[in-house]
Amino acid sequence: MSVPALSEAMGQPIRGPRALSDSWSRFWHLTYNIARSEFKLKFFGSVLGYVWQVMRPLLLFGVLYVFFVKIFKVDKAEGAAGHFYGAQLLASIVLFTFFSEATSGAVRSVVDRENLVRKIQFPRLVIPISVVLLALFNLGLNVVVVMIFAVIAGVKPMLSWLELPLMILVLALLSTGIAMLLSALFVRFRDIQPIWEVFSQILFYSSPVIIPVEKVREALAYGQRHVVVKHGIRHLTFRHVALYHVLWHIYLLNPLVSVFQEFRHAMINHAAPSAGQALGGWLAVLEPLGLVAVVLVLGFWYFSRQAPHIAEDL
Amino acid sequence: MPTEWTGLNGPPAIAAEDVHKRFKIPEERTHTLKERALHPLRRTRHEEFYALRGISFAVQPGEFFGIVGRNGSGKSTLLKCLAGIYRVDQGQIWCNGRMSTFIELGVGFNPDLAAYENVALNGIMLGLSPREARARYERVIEFAELEEFQDLKLKNYSSGMHVRLAFSVAIQVDAEILLIDEVLAVGDAAFQQKCFDVFNRMREEGRTIVFVTHDMSAVTRFCHRAMLLERGEVVSIGDPTNIADRYLEIAFGRAAGYEDAGVGSARMGDGTARVTDVWLGDTPEERQTVAPQAEPLTLKVLVAFNADVLDPAVSMTLYNEQRQPVVVASTATTTEHTGSFRAGERALFAFSFHNMLAPGRYHPLLTITHRGEGLDVIDRFAGGLSFVVTGVTASGGMVEIPVETHVMPWELAPPPSEIEAAGRPR
Repeated sequence: MSVPALSEAMGQPIRGPRALSDSWSRFWHLTYNIARSEFKLKFFGSVLGYVWQVMRPLLLFGVLYVFFVKIFKVDKAEGAAGHFYGAQLLASIVLFTFFSEATSGAVRSVVDRENLVRKIQFPRLVIPISVVLLALFNLGLNVVVVMIFAVIAGVKPMLSWLELPLMILVLALLSTGIAMLLSALFVRFRDIQPIWEVFSQILFYSSPVIIPVEKVREALAYGQRHVVVKHGIRHLTFRHVALYHVLWHIYLLNPLVSVFQEFRHAMINHAAPSAGQALGGWLAVLEPLGLVAVVLVLGFWYFSRQAPHIAEDL
Repeated sequence: MPTEWTGLNGPPAIAAEDVHKRFKIPEERTHTLKERALHPLRRTRHEEFYALRGISFAVQPGEFFGIVGRNGSGKSTLLKCLAGIYRVDQGQIWCNGRMSTFIELGVGFNPDLAAYENVALNGIMLGLSPREARARYERVIEFAELEEFQDLKLKNYSSGMHVRLAFSVAIQVDAEILLIDEVLAVGDAAFQQKCFDVFNRMREEGRTIVFVTHDMSAVTRFCHRAMLLERGEVVSIGDPTNIADRYLEIAFGRAAGYEDAGVGSARMGDGTARVTDVWLGDTPEERQTVAPQAEPLTLKVLVAFNADVLDPAVSMTLYNEQRQPVVVASTATTTEHTGSFRAGERALFAFSFHNMLAPGRYHPLLTITHRGEGLDVIDRFAGGLSFVVTGVTASGGMVEIPVETHVMPWELAPPPSEIEAAGRPR
């Protein structure tokens, strides 16, 4: 029966569930409509739906603003970084909120939609992607708030705002990669959820949300300078320099650094270094971009591998 | 190859070739990374369970094909494999045409959304485009008879309304091949009738339908052909009536036997005689456990006498599964003089009737009494036998008596306006 000619005569083979479907329009319709109905639920589910959606990043912003600006005076840094610190902080928080919603929301998504997975045939990838899309809808709302805030703070609307969708795209691709990976992993390993919670906390503090890139660089360079000033340049060993470079490099590898930094530069404050300037050359930006690509491919590969038996493993 | 398609009518709508499906049942499942990290070398042992072993069949375009089998026979797994929800481990499945699956009604319904949103979402999941789904909304609501409730959130629907809405969406999907799992058991009688009408309509429209069910009357009513599964294997494929009979035999016959049926209590009576054996059929050697419906049925009772008894009466009460007495018969109603028996003698009492019982399991209770009013019990015996009535007519009544129906004009009928007035509420 494995004669190919006969197989073709039998019609279209059924191969079981997969990550993607043959029909892209069905994939999109499903993703969009699931995200849309979830959004509607959030938006119209409670009287203050929209308010809550915007309040979360705003509240976090309020706390951090009081803490770092009013008490620690981070914005009084020398140079241009201090300008519009508030608007920059809010923008980064909003971007991080998107990242966090998309990734943390995706972790449980496949398991929580068990009912669909076990009862109906559809491309499995729809589930994590719809979570990212939902987060994207929320981001759309929040970016409007950021713009209003920025304009009130004195930022002039700029042509470079047109760059923003590109930044959001990079961030969305990163989030999608992570969402695919985590949602598939969670089916088999339930401790992915607490692990990711901790990890995203680390990411929050190691991204330029509160502490600008320049400050991090200063802090890292301080060790070097300290040695030179105190003991003379001859005492600056290779180890000191290497440590500085390795830490700085790891810091910059985080794609959130480039995205947040460039977002800052393009949207609020041209005086703040762009991602290229902060990383030391546009070629250096290829590294975090490469990491985004790796995460995306890895996530897709793992999800596709798991997709055929997710329904049985649940 | 049990597949009967010939290729003359073109390719089959669905064809399955040697389909195997295996489930792994882990003995101890590592559910966390921590466990994995602590025991990296431990292999997760699992038992393998074959849900399907070598299923082959073909469904012709336009055929209404039933899949029946007991719980755990693999029929739902097979349907999920056909639908592409499970991947088969071995073998192949082909389909020709747009397929839609109803494993469960209302998949993805969100209780916090109103009917419109849910219909659109569910329709898209079942394979419609958003435009198609929205265009069908009116028809869906109309069929579900929910016009007045369409603005309610789904969580405020009764379960019946919920099911009606879900079914209405499902039938609006114009797929060429429909895979249906047990959705007939929904709604009230009137809605069920509507569903049956829809199934008949689909049948006439020439859609291919694969239908998994326990309901043998539905199988014989709708299916052109049926397939019986048992332990993941095909028992037989063919005429739905035969398949339904085989199913009932397997479902009840295997468990039925000469075991303690549990009707009534322990034996009682003065013990001057004992029921020593009860069976269905002519001789004890050819005892049956299954009594086909609409055929003569004979129940035989062997009684051994321990003392001299004159004109004893033997009565039989057939209980159904709900412990309701369905048939009561006694030798005393036919004749008071059954004869005189001496100690050590044996006698055979037979109860014959035309089997008009509803399908199901029956337990006979046998009572031997002394001559008279039947109050002097010699032996009361309930543990002898339970048997199964197989048949395809299950009207829902306790018995299946052939009923003739007639329709004729009635001169004195009230004018139509009055009927209308009477039918209108208030």
